[in-house]
Amino acid sequence: MRTLYKFHGGVHPPTHKEESTRTPIAQAAIPSRLVIPLHQHVGNRAVPDVQVGDHVLKGQIIGRPEGRLSSAVHASTSGTVSAIDMQLVAHHSGLPDLCITITPDGKDEWIAHKGVDYKQTPHTDLRHILRHAGVVGLGGAVFPSDMKSYSNKHKIKTLVLNGAECEPYITCDDLLMRERASDILRGAEVLRTLLYAEEVLIGIEDNKPEAIASMRQAVLDGNHENMEVIAVPTLYPGGGAKQLIRVLTGIEVAAGVRSTEMGTQCFNVATAYCVWRAITYGEPLLSRIVTVTGNVDHPQNYEVLLGTPVDELVKQSGNRADTNRHIMGGPMMGVDLPSGAVGVTKATNCIIEGSDALFPPPPPALPCIRCTRCAEVCPAELQPQELYWFAKAKDFGKTQEYSLFDCIECGACAYVCPSQIPLVQYYRFAKSEIWQREQEAQAAEVARERHEFRAERIEREKREKAERLAQKEREATAAREAFTLAQALAAKQAAELSAKQAADPAFEPDNTQQMRIDAAIVRAKAQVAAEHPNNTEMLTPQQKAEIAEIEARRAHIREMASNAGADDEPPKSNKDK
Amino acid sequence: MISALLVMIGISLLLGAVLGFSAIKFKVEGNPLVEKIDAVLPQTQCGQCGYPGCMPYAEAIAKGEADINKCPPGGEEGIRKLAELLGVDYKPFGEGAGPRAKAVAFIDEQTCIGCTLCIQACPVDAIVGAAKQMHTIIASECTGCELCLAPCPVDCITMEPIGEHIGNWKWTYPVIPLIQVAAK
Repeated sequence: MRTLYKFHGGVHPPTHKEESTRTPIAQAAIPSRLVIPLHQHVGNRAVPDVQVGDHVLKGQIIGRPEGRLSSAVHASTSGTVSAIDMQLVAHHSGLPDLCITITPDGKDEWIAHKGVDYKQTPHTDLRHILRHAGVVGLGGAVFPSDMKSYSNKHKIKTLVLNGAECEPYITCDDLLMRERASDILRGAEVLRTLLYAEEVLIGIEDNKPEAIASMRQAVLDGNHENMEVIAVPTLYPGGGAKQLIRVLTGIEVAAGVRSTEMGTQCFNVATAYCVWRAITYGEPLLSRIVTVTGNVDHPQNYEVLLGTPVDELVKQSGNRADTNRHIMGGPMMGVDLPSGAVGVTKATNCIIEGSDALFPPPPPALPCIRCTRCAEVCPAELQPQELYWFAKAKDFGKTQEYSLFDCIECGACAYVCPSQIPLVQYYRFAKSEIWQREQEAQAAEVARERHEFRAERIEREKREKAERLAQKEREATAAREAFTLAQALAAKQAAELSAKQAADPAFEPDNTQQMRIDAAIVRAKAQVAAEHPNNTEMLTPQQKAEIAEIEARRAHIREMASNAGADDEPPKSNKDK
Repeated sequence: MISALLVMIGISLLLGAVLGFSAIKFKVEGNPLVEKIDAVLPQTQCGQCGYPGCMPYAEAIAKGEADINKCPPGGEEGIRKLAELLGVDYKPFGEGAGPRAKAVAFIDEQTCIGCTLCIQACPVDAIVGAAKQMHTIIASECTGCELCLAPCPVDCITMEPIGEHIGNWKWTYPVIPLIQVAAK
């Protein structure tokens, strides 16, 4: 028998799981339209890869991953892209986001796809397949699985498979483990290979005996070694990754530390199943199991195409007239949907139809009496009453001192609060306020840097211009100075010469140089004369007179031509262009 | 008597030397208060305070020449932070000088004539373009200071308010809705 550990706190809300576990998983019908958000995962939003009017096949990528942390989005069935626009999505804000709407053609026609043998394929290729198959964590955090399935720096000893499913009402993982246990375990083997993990621990809360039995049988049937299915006590929020790791291994993952640094990695069972389908069959993540429960006639688990509008899905379970809200997820951490037209996403594990009878509106919050029951149940061992106090006073520095960001927003504190204070709302308010301030501070820092850089650049340009001008000025001055210097020198020489002549009239200037120059000129002239003989020696005087006349005319013409050339430029030839 | 006097003189000389040495060794360059004030300011470099940028305004505040309520982009919270930092009383914005909704500049590229005047005006180099080439704003770097609006000769720059979207949405402060329980 394995020793189990305990995490701090926890609550026991009524589970309401029986209603939706009476029947096996049903296949939800193909809806009249699919509204597929492009941001269904943690990280960058996928970029649309289709145009309105395109015909798409089932499994075709319609949104390609952008950047390192992102994941692909696919067409869940074959049909025509009818819109790429802002639609309401499952988000706390109730604001629209970019979605691709597909009108199915009803043929459900697959794109060509094939799987690989994971044992024969390099790990980078496997991760590439996961990224392009859009596999993300299906427990609700939707973190891209390819980013989680490697660990370079730390040796992973334990791979934890999370089948705890601690939140009330949700039973999708329970049914998946009952019906598709062997594929989950094969997916776990793929993940174990990618992480080089030694052992696989599968944690399932003990309120799911059928799932535990089915998984244990599958471990035996599949001859999986170093793999153990462990029943953990039912205690909310025991399905939180840190809490489950704590219970199974005793390792406490500290604040700001990743579980990989402690030698463990945690995946949801549904993620493992999708990993197996994506690797071995080449099937991208197109559908998931969704529990439809609450105020419906037949609570049921469905295999639902991603993008199916919630109201079309709920209709299949028989919706009731007094339904006034749709909750995506569980009652503790779920998101109130802004409309029934919102499409099912990768994070949608459960749709709870709410009514006033089922979830009466909370009574008005009363003042905090500092009973500290919230501190007793907090799984992160925080002081929720202090956090509430500081968040209410908008003293955000203090909330951070009290480790606000270790809060997993499980809602256990608000569940036990005798004053019915919506504590989690205060924490979320404080968190988003702090994030916004950090972003603003960063933006201000960037603006400051850019401004300073600009000022420096302007200053530098000014300096360079001044330097250029100064350089020119210097050159001009230097030229002027050289000229004056030469003049002065010449004047000085002339003065010296005249002075010497004045002092000694017999003085012959030291003109050897001048004489050399004169001699050279005479020589050159003689040479020129020698090179251009006139050949007139042998002619008669009459001929000589004729030649002289012609020469005179030529000289006259040459003179005229040189005068004309100085006045106006000769016409440019077109060939010069 | 003499020895006591000598001891006292010796101590004061020693301490004076230490103080003099540390004044040189640990000299703080610039005014640290200015940097603290500048850190509080939003760095839009918009000049709405009447100073040519956030740093000059910070210097003016530090010298006591400027009021702390001259920075509309910083909002009331900015004034509160300055008041806390400087140990003075909170002072509300003047009439009509309050903060405006956050916006980024947008150039109508059809109308732009490529004169580069806005590029020269932008304090954070958030406009791309060249002479006789179309200009455009780098929206992520634009601080919304509006300094590019005035120089544009064809008025092709407008301020587009940044609406709320999923990327910048934040949780609101929880309020308890008041329900009327009895008719008047």
